[in-house]
Amino acid sequence: MSRLAWRNFVNNVMLSLTAVCTFLTVSTLFLILGYLVYNGGKSLDWNFFTQLPKGPGEVGGGMANAIVGTAKLVGLASVIGIPIGFIAGIYLSEFGGITFPFIIRYIADLLNGVPSIVVGIFAYAVVVLPLKHFSAWAGSVALAVMLIPVVVRNTEQFLQSVPQSLREGALSLGASKWRTIVTVVVPASISGILTGIILGVARIAGETAPLIFTSFGNQFWSSGFNEPTSSLPVMVYNYAISPYDDWHRQAWAAGLVLLALVLVSNILARGILARGVAANRG
Amino acid sequence: MSVDKEKMATAPQRNISMASMETLHSAGAQQTGLATKIEARNLNFYYGTYKALSEISLAVAPNSVTALIGPSGCGKSTFLRTLNRISETIKNTRVEGEVLLDGVSIMDSDVTALRRRVGMVFQRPNPFPKSIFDNIAYGPRINGMKGKMDELVENALRRGALWEEVKDKLNKSAYALSGGQQQRLCIARAMAVEPEVILMDEPCSALDPIATAKIEELIFNIKSQTTVVIVTHNMQQAARIADKTGFFLMGKMIEFGPTDVIFKNPSKKETEDYITGRFG
Amino acid sequence: MPSSVAVSVPPATGAKATFFSRLKGGDQVAYLITLLFASIVLLIAVLIVFVLWQESTIARHKFGLGFFTSSAWDHNEDNYGALPFIYGTLLTSFLALLFAVPLGVGAAIFLAELAPPKISNALTFMVELLAAVPSVIYGLLAIFTLVPLLRDYVEPALKATLGFTPLFSGAAYGVGYLAAGAVLAIMTFPFIISVSREALLDVPREQREAALALGATRWEATWQAVVPFAKLGIMGSIFLGLARALGETMAVTMVIGNVPRISASLLSSGYTIASVIANEFAEASSDIFRESLIFLALVLFLLTIVINGAARLLIIATTRKGST
Repeated sequence: MSRLAWRNFVNNVMLSLTAVCTFLTVSTLFLILGYLVYNGGKSLDWNFFTQLPKGPGEVGGGMANAIVGTAKLVGLASVIGIPIGFIAGIYLSEFGGITFPFIIRYIADLLNGVPSIVVGIFAYAVVVLPLKHFSAWAGSVALAVMLIPVVVRNTEQFLQSVPQSLREGALSLGASKWRTIVTVVVPASISGILTGIILGVARIAGETAPLIFTSFGNQFWSSGFNEPTSSLPVMVYNYAISPYDDWHRQAWAAGLVLLALVLVSNILARGILARGVAANRG
Repeated sequence: MSVDKEKMATAPQRNISMASMETLHSAGAQQTGLATKIEARNLNFYYGTYKALSEISLAVAPNSVTALIGPSGCGKSTFLRTLNRISETIKNTRVEGEVLLDGVSIMDSDVTALRRRVGMVFQRPNPFPKSIFDNIAYGPRINGMKGKMDELVENALRRGALWEEVKDKLNKSAYALSGGQQQRLCIARAMAVEPEVILMDEPCSALDPIATAKIEELIFNIKSQTTVVIVTHNMQQAARIADKTGFFLMGKMIEFGPTDVIFKNPSKKETEDYITGRFG
Repeated sequence: MPSSVAVSVPPATGAKATFFSRLKGGDQVAYLITLLFASIVLLIAVLIVFVLWQESTIARHKFGLGFFTSSAWDHNEDNYGALPFIYGTLLTSFLALLFAVPLGVGAAIFLAELAPPKISNALTFMVELLAAVPSVIYGLLAIFTLVPLLRDYVEPALKATLGFTPLFSGAAYGVGYLAAGAVLAIMTFPFIISVSREALLDVPREQREAALALGATRWEATWQAVVPFAKLGIMGSIFLGLARALGETMAVTMVIGNVPRISASLLSSGYTIASVIANEFAEASSDIFRESLIFLALVLFLLTIVINGAARLLIIATTRKGST
């Protein structure tokens, strides 16, 4: 085979291989979806959403308390985490000098990379130990710590993307700096900021590790935030590793609900982003 | 090369008579030395250690149009931006000398209040991502005005020579307008807070000749309500609309005086070289 | 003639600026508030380090640096060592990268260089959705699909062909290092693909065109001109993937077998730092046991910080440089 023919051959093989790589990785998504939809779909019933879990080995029951629990945990974590992240993001983009913002940015990126289990230990030490019991407070604190870095960097990034000329336009009309930020800069970047928040919240909704020893779990309803609280991801984990078939069935159902939640939020968020970008272009 | 009054008279899109132009010009000349609206005294400006402006002194009379001309990078935009202290938004800058508004140093004033009195229009139109109505209403609203703005917005758009074109689409996004319309919107927006001085930084450089002509007409019309300082690359534009002109070169002001004098009978050689096109 | 202004704006004041007028103006207050919230971020990070250090004191004093070389795991004697967990963490992450890097970089090359833009964007979107799938869902799928697959088909096949090597010796239960490595690989794809693709797209067209103009085939131009230019960004993506794999908890816990044992065989069960904490922390009975687990968490934390830091540096270096 001539050298050129060989090189062309290699060319075709390698290019096809990269296509194969892509196919393999993308098809994983479809396999995951397919399996979950199939197994979860046939296990999902009305009981799942309305009933409390039954004891080990018993058949039936549902995850009503886990659904409410996830809502509580994610809700409180958002109430804590979104304002902190948002306002810190404003500092980084609009107010800071050079050194301190650099430090904060670096720290936020590091926090982003901290394993979720370590965040769980942090929340355990800071909330569970003093209170001497598991609680939704602890779980929410852990989730908030995971949410904050995401919101900070995302907010900063989208605020920075607003052109300086818009700020100067407002300032030259006699607007003070904070007024400019609130009435011009934030509205101009709001779709990007919202997108980041939605994606961040969707991510913490699916987290399991930080909840295992903070909110722990609960077979029954938990009142308020001061009791151990059930949550969907932890239920999926506990049921999946159990030896009971019916619990496996319910784990599939819970997994499907959780995945649907996460994927829908993701697609929704990107839709908002795309529409926002289009609106800004006029 | 001097500017012909005849050429000015036959320029297209002019509905201002020669007589009224002469009246306005001489009125501006009369006001020289009588009263000063805004002036700079021995102004120096630094970007870090780089000295961008050197001992600039000039006085602008009320209800006049003053043009600042000069080659690229000579500091005229930098100078303009010190007049409403928007130069402070860039880090590591320093001002020496004084700028006085009605005799009071602007460094002593609250900067937000100052910018309400000294407005600015930028080189590229920068309307907010809001509706046309909200763009105009923005300035008055943040300065404390409440209640219905319809009349105020209409007045501002009429003054900006934009009302007829947008009266049916006040709720549409400002970005739906053409470049020339957006710039007129920005001028109307600046006028809506009734500033005492308007600074314009090459407002027509991104626009086509017809849009430029409309804006020059607008400047003529607002002169009686405010004082205009305009930076321009276009000498013919300065000759058309300005009462007085200042020529900048490498951070210094070489010459300042009535437009006629600058263009027909400049006293400095550099000025004459620039006017006649030997450089720049 | 300009119309007279019928509606007027409140008159401007040439007010003097004092500290109080600035305060009333709100900018100073706004600065302080935003600074405060930004400091909270710093505070959280400092607290995490403090907590990890403080709550592992007893264990650190008892075991010292010997913690890292000991394989003990004795509840009766309260003697604990980190070696099996460090081994498991590193091994599973290494396996993950072994699978994920060729597949991921290959897919990134395809998406950046070969696929038409619309298809590339659509497929990248799907890959990025993969990144959003929670870890526990990967674990759920792995337990009921991957593990049986390994146990019934793949591992027996490996044993039949390569069983003489220490890598594939021992019983094949499906769970173990191989399963964990495979799941981690799937979870790492999206990061490697996404970041590498960005790095490849950033390479200036002239690089590829220069190679093509010299008569290179498309593959040669890509592999020899474009990829080296994006080398730092691709390496950054690998480090990012590694950092993520090291800290991955749920999916790994569900398929690794949870036995603190060091073994050369990939078919053997094992344990990682994150998994042992997840499994045993809630029921930790003795203080020293709990503190040993927190000591492990500290080790993991430091490891991920270092690797993440390296990843950030690489990615920053890519965005700054102009040539190789």
